[in-house]
Amino acid sequence: MNLHSLAVLADPNVQLLFLRGTLTTLELFFASAIAAYALGALLVVIRMSGWLPSAAVGAFVEYHRNVPSIVQIFVWYFGVPQILPQSWHTYANAHLSAFFFAVVALSLNAAAYISEDLRSGIRAVPTGQMEAARALGMSYLKAMRWVVVSQAVRGAAPALVNQALGLLKTTSLALAIGVKELMYVARQLDGETYATFPSYLTPTLIYLACTLTLMAIGSRVQQSTRFTR
Amino acid sequence: MTEILSQYGLLLLVGQFPDGPIGGLALTLLMSVAALLLAFPVAVAVAIARTSPIPAIRRAAAFYVTAVRGIPLLLIIFWAFFVLPLVTGVTSSPEITVICALVVYEGAYLGEAIRAALEALPKGQTDASRSLGMSYTATLRKVILPQALFNCLPSMMNQFVLIVKNTSLAYIIGAQEVTFSANSINAQLLTRPFEVYFILAAIYFILCYSLSRLSRVVENRVLRKRSRVTNQPITETPSLARVPS
Amino acid sequence: MIEFINVSKWYGSHRVLHDVNGRVERGEVVVICGPSGSGKSTLIRTVNRLESINNGQIIVGETDVNDRKKSVNRLRSGIGFVFQQFNLFPHLSAKDNVALAPITVRGLKKGEAYDRALELLDKVGLKSKADAFPGQLSGGQQQRVAIARALAMNPPVMLFDEPTSALDPEMVGEVLQVMKQLASDGMTMICVTHEMGFARDVANRVWFIADGEVLESTTPSEFFATPRHPRAQKFVADIRAH
Repeated sequence: MNLHSLAVLADPNVQLLFLRGTLTTLELFFASAIAAYALGALLVVIRMSGWLPSAAVGAFVEYHRNVPSIVQIFVWYFGVPQILPQSWHTYANAHLSAFFFAVVALSLNAAAYISEDLRSGIRAVPTGQMEAARALGMSYLKAMRWVVVSQAVRGAAPALVNQALGLLKTTSLALAIGVKELMYVARQLDGETYATFPSYLTPTLIYLACTLTLMAIGSRVQQSTRFTR
Repeated sequence: MTEILSQYGLLLLVGQFPDGPIGGLALTLLMSVAALLLAFPVAVAVAIARTSPIPAIRRAAAFYVTAVRGIPLLLIIFWAFFVLPLVTGVTSSPEITVICALVVYEGAYLGEAIRAALEALPKGQTDASRSLGMSYTATLRKVILPQALFNCLPSMMNQFVLIVKNTSLAYIIGAQEVTFSANSINAQLLTRPFEVYFILAAIYFILCYSLSRLSRVVENRVLRKRSRVTNQPITETPSLARVPS
Repeated sequence: MIEFINVSKWYGSHRVLHDVNGRVERGEVVVICGPSGSGKSTLIRTVNRLESINNGQIIVGETDVNDRKKSVNRLRSGIGFVFQQFNLFPHLSAKDNVALAPITVRGLKKGEAYDRALELLDKVGLKSKADAFPGQLSGGQQQRVAIARALAMNPPVMLFDEPTSALDPEMVGEVLQVMKQLASDGMTMICVTHEMGFARDVANRVWFIADGEVLESTTPSEFFATPRHPRAQKFVADIRAH
């Protein structure tokens, strides 16, 4: 292993490259995470309220669970624009970036998992809780809001944090459609300089810094919810 | 869509085979099975290390698991691509590289699944075995592992589904599995990406969905067997490490 | 045969065993009783080092139980232990449960081990269930298999930790019957149990424990007729009331 190659990391251009890559990764992550948690919650509501047949939501979830994330990204980035009406297609080509499609694919994927976590959180709340709340004269929605959902979210919290961890790592797949995130720039640097070791060491450390933070949050959450249920 | 299937179906199924190396879905499955089989002993070792009575071993295993959980699989694949030739002295094929990366990756994830199964066994099992004078190793081999590994059959199958999905990353370093086939078909057709990737998604879906269903059937079997064989209360923090030895 | 010398144990600042002293002679049956949470189970588990102690000494035969130089596995293989929850190995049949330790620990030949296993299962009245799995047996049957399993190592000493407490009432008798048989065969036994009838009929001595202290060590007839310590008096009175 050639340790001299570490010298490339002193190059300000390389530093800038990694900084940009990290920022893009974080942008992908936060944009997808916000959309995914919102959509995940919405999916649970849809499923429980019966606005759509629950099989529809079920199919959505199963598709995202049983097809590799990278294939989901391909379907959105390469596939979907083709079946759009011509005018939309032109608009998409002109205005929508790979970044956009990556966020769509990543957030739909994570939303499917998140909705399942929330749903099993709700299922884990004993039915007696709802009955007790209704017996106190709460409306269905109030009972849901103050008794069932608040317990369910607490129960599902560790799993929900775990989804964030998974999502952060999955953003690396956006390199496949040319989004210049952390993995993309690492590969680019390796290709241009052959300084393989520092090219992969840097993203390893950056990913670890982010994921260890998320894991720390996760264990905090687990601690704080352990005794309240 | 049917014409794509009739023209390129074979490429998706077996790649260039028999004129060239085996590829397509067949390679996806081969790589997945190899990765699972090779990862299994690693995972068992990691699970045992994670519950070891020796703190240094526990910490080392925890470090490994945390590190793997902390970085994307793609990065592990790139590392494998870089490190393997340094270790073995020869350039490894992309298939071997991906299998090695998956073994490292699954060693941690499957290892955690097995650890959970180890820790879910009632502490009385270890107590009883050790009371008979059986050593730590004999207890693991004869009493704890047979039960724990049976109980975690469903999670092993779920890990296999994950492995199948994860082999899709192999195309990035040039392994000609099914995602690679789809990409090359797309490159030849140029104008039909939706159909091509729809077919690819459908192939994975049929495979992984059937496996997931199967794992649910197995899970019910395991649960039934377990509720039949044990009327022992599940204690919360059983651990091999808790019995002084 | 078994001797406790100033045995103490703490969980943090909570003292669970308090200067326990006592002797069990060869062939003696000692029943340990006392209110729940008094340290009975902890005490009996210290004898084969399932629980460590912080102070004092426990001698079994010639061996100091907590001597780090002695093999704990050899020690344990010479002490039979029967648990409240049976703890049979659910993945093994009754005869495999019994034969496992003789084969793996003593290195007995399989044929020999299984012959002995069947003999022991016959002794506890379960020869016909040799191929049954624990899940197919009732609680009482499971506990009898567990006793056979402990006996398979030919231990000179048997320890029973509330062996009938997890059983439905109608199954208590069959287990006590086996224990009585063992006692009359001359086995050295320590039993933590709430079965005062068993204590009266079988025990040579009764130890009464409360808050980790042995408050009384006497013959069963004396213990039930004229308990001396106030806690013991209350305990006996409570039993009478049932």
